[in-house]
Amino acid sequence: MMGLIILVGLFQSWNIALSIFNLCLISAVMTMGANIQWGYAGLINFGIMGFTALGGLAAVLISVDPVQEAWSAGGSNILFSLFLIISMVLAIRYILKNFKKSKNRTYIVATIIILGIVIIRFISEPGIVAIEEVDPAKTGFLGGLGLPIIFSWVLGAFFAGGLAFVIGKVALGLRADYLAIATLLISEIVIAIIKHEDWLTRGVKNVIGLKRPAPYEVNLQQTDWFIDLVEKFNSTKLNLITDLNERQAALNQLVIEGSSVFVKLCYSGLFLVVVIILLILTQKALYSPWGRMMRAIRDNEEAANAMGKNVVKQHLLIFVLGSAIVGIAGAMLVTQDGLFTPGSYRPLRYTFLIWVMVIVGGSGNNFGAILGGFVVWFLWIEAAPIGLYLVNLTTAGLDDTHYLKVHLIESVPYFRFLMMGVGLLVIMRYRPKGILPEKIEIK
Amino acid sequence: MDFLNAIILLLNYIFVPALTYGSQLALGAIFVTLIYGILRFANFATGDMMSFGTMFVILFTFYFQSVGISLGVLPTALLAIPFGIIFMVGYMLIVDKFVFKYYRTNKSPPVQLAMVSIGVMFVTQAVVRIVIGPSDRRFFDGEKFLIKAGEFKEMTGLNEGLAIKSTQVITIIVTLILVSTLFWFLNKTKTGKSMRAYSDNEDLALLSGIDPKKIVMITWIIAGILATIGGALYGLDKSFKPFTYFNNMLPIFAAAIVGGIGNPFGAFLGGYVIAFSEILLTYAYRKFFIYVLPESMEPGGLVQLLSTDYKFAVSFSILVIVLLYRPSGIFKGKVL
Repeated sequence: MMGLIILVGLFQSWNIALSIFNLCLISAVMTMGANIQWGYAGLINFGIMGFTALGGLAAVLISVDPVQEAWSAGGSNILFSLFLIISMVLAIRYILKNFKKSKNRTYIVATIIILGIVIIRFISEPGIVAIEEVDPAKTGFLGGLGLPIIFSWVLGAFFAGGLAFVIGKVALGLRADYLAIATLLISEIVIAIIKHEDWLTRGVKNVIGLKRPAPYEVNLQQTDWFIDLVEKFNSTKLNLITDLNERQAALNQLVIEGSSVFVKLCYSGLFLVVVIILLILTQKALYSPWGRMMRAIRDNEEAANAMGKNVVKQHLLIFVLGSAIVGIAGAMLVTQDGLFTPGSYRPLRYTFLIWVMVIVGGSGNNFGAILGGFVVWFLWIEAAPIGLYLVNLTTAGLDDTHYLKVHLIESVPYFRFLMMGVGLLVIMRYRPKGILPEKIEIK
Repeated sequence: MDFLNAIILLLNYIFVPALTYGSQLALGAIFVTLIYGILRFANFATGDMMSFGTMFVILFTFYFQSVGISLGVLPTALLAIPFGIIFMVGYMLIVDKFVFKYYRTNKSPPVQLAMVSIGVMFVTQAVVRIVIGPSDRRFFDGEKFLIKAGEFKEMTGLNEGLAIKSTQVITIIVTLILVSTLFWFLNKTKTGKSMRAYSDNEDLALLSGIDPKKIVMITWIIAGILATIGGALYGLDKSFKPFTYFNNMLPIFAAAIVGGIGNPFGAFLGGYVIAFSEILLTYAYRKFFIYVLPESMEPGGLVQLLSTDYKFAVSFSILVIVLLYRPSGIFKGKVL
């Protein structure tokens, strides 16, 4: 796999190779999250998109500087509404716990919810309007905390884990395919909220220019040590050029290229650390007594229950853990891109593609998950060039202006869907356990 | 007079559109529910299968238009639908033979079949986009309005106009005919009854000599008809775009589950439940209250419960609530 990426580096460019590599790493993290849920415990989570988006939201809320004007314009209203929501939830919990189930109780809870929503809307509405009016072209939202973006990887995990806790409490009792549909729809709700609550996320206006944990290319190009480094690195090539001016120009070009490669390498390093830490932890977990218990629950829920294992609790735990990992990946993704675009979260890319990775790689095997992330993402990106090559090959006999050829070349980007689908079907049919199947060691 | 105006307003902006949208959802939901009841898996390729059928309808429509065949006031697509159905059913049978049959004979768990349907979803999506492209397409022709808002105003002398598009009427009529035929088929004919028996208890049905191959084939044929017509009607009324069809899968699932998955009648009603709640909750009632309430009590804001951005979220929330309190749906599911 690494060889393939290196080949891209040699033939296309190191820049492309590294960006594929970085996204492969992020995909691998997402796949590991999904793999924990599906491979260890047999829980279907089609809500990966929602958790990814929440991780991205965390990146925004951590790294953007707070917008003071917006806070003074409507911050108090928002905080008060938040307080109301929390007290509403607590009140409902109190009622549900301390009163017996009856019609009256249901009515009271319903009244609290409806009244609460009406009151909250009345209070938050002017605040939201005021916030969104603060310089809408640039801010128009509350902003974040102004901390280094790397903290968001932790906060993203907490956000996603929190959402998973709520979903898990609600939906984990459902049958497998119901759970799949429910999580899919809930993740759509999450995206709808992120897209349209402009005061929090700027919505479809996107948040751009997030702070980076890595240096900026522009700054790198002016630092001496970096220029020296590039010069040393390419000394043989540069020494061939005798003319001083030409040599300087070539060096400049190399520095510009080198800076973006360097920045990408920084990201790769950070992501690799995350992947390795997660790999060690998940591997330890898989072979611990806890992992064995999870497999027992997955393979026979009733038997595990009879042995005194708390199936509901463990399911909830693993659902939260897996989603938290996906949340980390979401934050990493936004960190790398430097921008948060709620409109780009689509179930095909962020839910179903990740599932293809899990199934292709091998569910229940962490190395399989990572391999799946790499292979599938690589194919997803390189499908268009491969498709173009195939189209040219098969239609070689046709005239360049032949309508069939033109049409096929236009639709080359969609060959990736075809490739993914066929790949998934073939794997499901002939290697249902994935490329690297689950290995269960009995010691 | 004001009261009449208010009623016309609601008819025009809520009732007619919701009825149309609900019919389109209902067809898709019955499709999902049939597959779930008889083949026993959640078909994630629903939306894309619908767009696949619609694609053929569009291609035939364009062909007929280029040859010069038309239905006069009615859209040409109606003529193209039967041809689309033939191709669609062929496609579904091929997919079943090469993909789903293996898992069915191996008695794989439903989850695995659902995963396989994701593979089918990817492939179908690719085929649709390669053949017809991802862009927005309109293939409606013929008379656009049955009643125009202006004409209605003149006719009745009311302030509010009532516009009824011909596609809306066609959708509702076709849905009613199709669904009643389907229910007649399921409840009165021998094949339909054996399908219900198979859905209810597979082993018992096999014991009493029902041929599973035939049942499965008929299910796919009916599913193909429903998917093509549902997709074509949606495309006629709005427009055809593969991505929208993929997204429509979500409210369709919601409708099927709300009605009790596996129960066609539930799915039929579920479609309307979803459509009406989406539109009722996101409509701005300001004008309605202006008509109904005395002037002193006129509302200041839009009187909108939720912004229209949350249209999809409404149906999903309904689904979540139903799943929590009545997981089997409004009507008991899992039996045809």
